[in-house]
Amino acid sequence: MEGHITCVICPVGCKVSVRKEGVQYTIEGNRCARGEEYARNELMMPKRILTTSIGVSNGTLPLVSVKTPRPIDRARIKEIMKEIKNLSIAAPVAVGDTVVEDIDGEGTPLLATRAVSCNGGREKTTLPT
Amino acid sequence: MACALSAAKEGVYVTLLERESSVGGVLNQCIHNGFGLQFYHQELTGPEFASRLIDDMNMENVKIISQSYVRDIDVRKRVAQVLSPDGAYEIQAGALVISTGARERPFGSLLIPGDRPAGVMPAGVAQRYVNLENRIPARKAMILGSGDIGLIMARRLTLEGVEVVSVLERMSYPGGLTRNIVQCLEDFDIPLHLSTTVTGISGDGRLRSVEISKVDENFTPVPGTSRTIDVDALILSAGLLPQVEDFSDNLEVDPMNRGFLVSNTCESSTEGVFAAGNNVAIFDLVDYVAAEGWIAGRHAALFSRGVNTSGDRVPVFRGKNISVLVPGIVDMEEHLRLYIRLRKPMEKGVVVLKELKIEKKFSYGVPSEMIQLVVNRDKLQPLMNYGKLTVEVQ
Repeated sequence: MEGHITCVICPVGCKVSVRKEGVQYTIEGNRCARGEEYARNELMMPKRILTTSIGVSNGTLPLVSVKTPRPIDRARIKEIMKEIKNLSIAAPVAVGDTVVEDIDGEGTPLLATRAVSCNGGREKTTLPT
Repeated sequence: MACALSAAKEGVYVTLLERESSVGGVLNQCIHNGFGLQFYHQELTGPEFASRLIDDMNMENVKIISQSYVRDIDVRKRVAQVLSPDGAYEIQAGALVISTGARERPFGSLLIPGDRPAGVMPAGVAQRYVNLENRIPARKAMILGSGDIGLIMARRLTLEGVEVVSVLERMSYPGGLTRNIVQCLEDFDIPLHLSTTVTGISGDGRLRSVEISKVDENFTPVPGTSRTIDVDALILSAGLLPQVEDFSDNLEVDPMNRGFLVSNTCESSTEGVFAAGNNVAIFDLVDYVAAEGWIAGRHAALFSRGVNTSGDRVPVFRGKNISVLVPGIVDMEEHLRLYIRLRKPMEKGVVVLKELKIEKKFSYGVPSEMIQLVVNRDKLQPLMNYGKLTVEVQ
């Protein structure tokens, strides 16, 4: 078996070639270690970072953008999105705040990527370290 | 913001004029990840990238005036007329940087026949509705154009429960990055139809259906290939145009880039007036834009302090196979950061900087992915003998 995978980890988009020899996979063409991990996952269980938004009550904006800090099982994204749709959080929200502790049952949290202040308040802009 | 920050770090007083109520521009609505790998060496979403810059800009010598509209600028005197909630006033600056970004190519310029109903909108507008205003602008949508914004919106709308029928591209190859084809279309089984475009629009009040057709290499619809598809939204991703409008009478514009003609010090055709970002050319990455803004800020700061940083200059000429090319002028005092866009996809090729005798090979080159080349300023001197630099791809 032989094939090409375009790595989606970063905008470089390396073209990774994958060759199967017996039980071993040979992965080539990736310019960093994350490319190898990506290619491996792509063969076993494709994973993606999920970015979306969640409703905010009493905030200066109606929505706050959120992300999973690590890739999650791609096959479950649709079902997780349905869950997220029914959620909302109260302002204020700071960048890096945990919005949901565990979104995929594997301990992956959902983190805010933007600050939303209370109606009339000032926005907090701290980032995770 | 990058420009304001780097100018402030040079110790000058910086005023940032922003039309919206918060700074960050389009980054605020680009909630997906993939930003910042080069500029911050960390993968960030758009809002995270913006908030890092906002945090960094929290300096005494940076003043942000939001909800301000620049009515006019005298580029020779460097005076801006500003309208803001505080009133109308003029600001005299020692140096000026224009970072007006780009606008989406409007529907009207595509000359598609048919009705003009609601439901036809540029991808960036749809993105604003979905990501900032909590509105879903469609139930069943088609996307015209396979630029990155269109691909990102195909995924975003799908995640929000909209049925995305297909993405059409009139060229024979996709307009966006390959990684976006993979993670935005293939992941969600959204078909991409190449050499296909919209040839008719119908709907009374609201969009009801579009007619799509195959096109030949001259983009002429092929007879007998058209079919009608029912959709209630047509999302356009037909490219971005540098926002030069208010200044194009006074500052030189590169006809191919369609943005301000600048040197590698980011100076425009008028001394003391700088430009950086998507109003110079459409860049692939926000990281490139921020890096250019950083250079512009430093040179603007030095200029305003009366430090002459500009050296000898030579013009840059486009050789074959090149469309977008930045900069238009090489200044010997600054490193040369070249940004090149190919005219057509090439399996293998070599970028040649003729007068410098520098070559860079590449494989799988596509117009959607810029080629970047950096030449140290110590190596630029040979250009003075030739009086020009020619860049071409073989």
